[in-house]
Amino acid sequence: MIQLEYVLIISAVMMFAGVYGFLTRRSTLAILLSIELMLNSTDINFAVFNRMLHPEGHEGYFFALFSIAISAAESAVAIAIMINIYRMLKNISVDKLEKMKW
Amino acid sequence: MDSHNIMFVILAVFIVLSSIATVTTKSIVRAATYLLFVLIGTAGLYFLMGYTFLGSVQVMVYAGGIVVLYVFSILLTSGNHEVLSKNTKLKIASSALLSVVGLGVFLFFLFKEQFKAAALGAPDESVITMDRIGRFMLSTDSQGYLLPFEAVSVLLLACIVAGLLIARKR
Repeated sequence: MIQLEYVLIISAVMMFAGVYGFLTRRSTLAILLSIELMLNSTDINFAVFNRMLHPEGHEGYFFALFSIAISAAESAVAIAIMINIYRMLKNISVDKLEKMKW
Repeated sequence: MDSHNIMFVILAVFIVLSSIATVTTKSIVRAATYLLFVLIGTAGLYFLMGYTFLGSVQVMVYAGGIVVLYVFSILLTSGNHEVLSKNTKLKIASSALLSVVGLGVFLFFLFKEQFKAAALGAPDESVITMDRIGRFMLSTDSQGYLLPFEAVSVLLLACIVAGLLIARKR
């Protein structure tokens, strides 16, 4: 049977894979991919806590729904910034982003 | 073993392997493809819980929108021939150690605290019907979500304008 813990293990593995990618990647786009992994794992947690601890409620469901919309907005703006950085520096690696220091 | 349990095991293995491959693969286009697999597997989990609308939103917005946006921006900026991880061994080892220790601590507390949850049965679409979702989304009473709904619409408009403004040619 599908227990709550099993789904939480999946989302925890996804979350910490995202943490690992966030710390080791050099390209900003790859860092954004890791952030999407982390956001997605929190969405799973919201949905599964709602479904299995409080099935007659709907709060986690709507939180996951709005979280998906907000992460879409976040990645759109972040990608626009990446494209702008690429125009200026011809590179989007985090090592080369020294112009943004000041 | 019922069919939804088998499906859950398949989805779990698929999601875990794809999410680890997303952060360890060398090519960024492959990383985006593995992320697509993770997002579709997550939609499958939502379908298993009976949240069909949430699963469809996940497929449409994440898998259909965001991943395509990522692939386009990867091709617009770096292309496939970029060095993804040029780190020292020490940094990679310490990041992996941090992630594994974090996962271990999380799992320790997860199994220490017992949740009083019944096991998930066969997928049941009636836990939240389309009718109730629509009513919640557009009602103004204490159960309603009209204010966040409108706030998200304003946020998406601001995001469109900001995306155009930032990425335009000067």
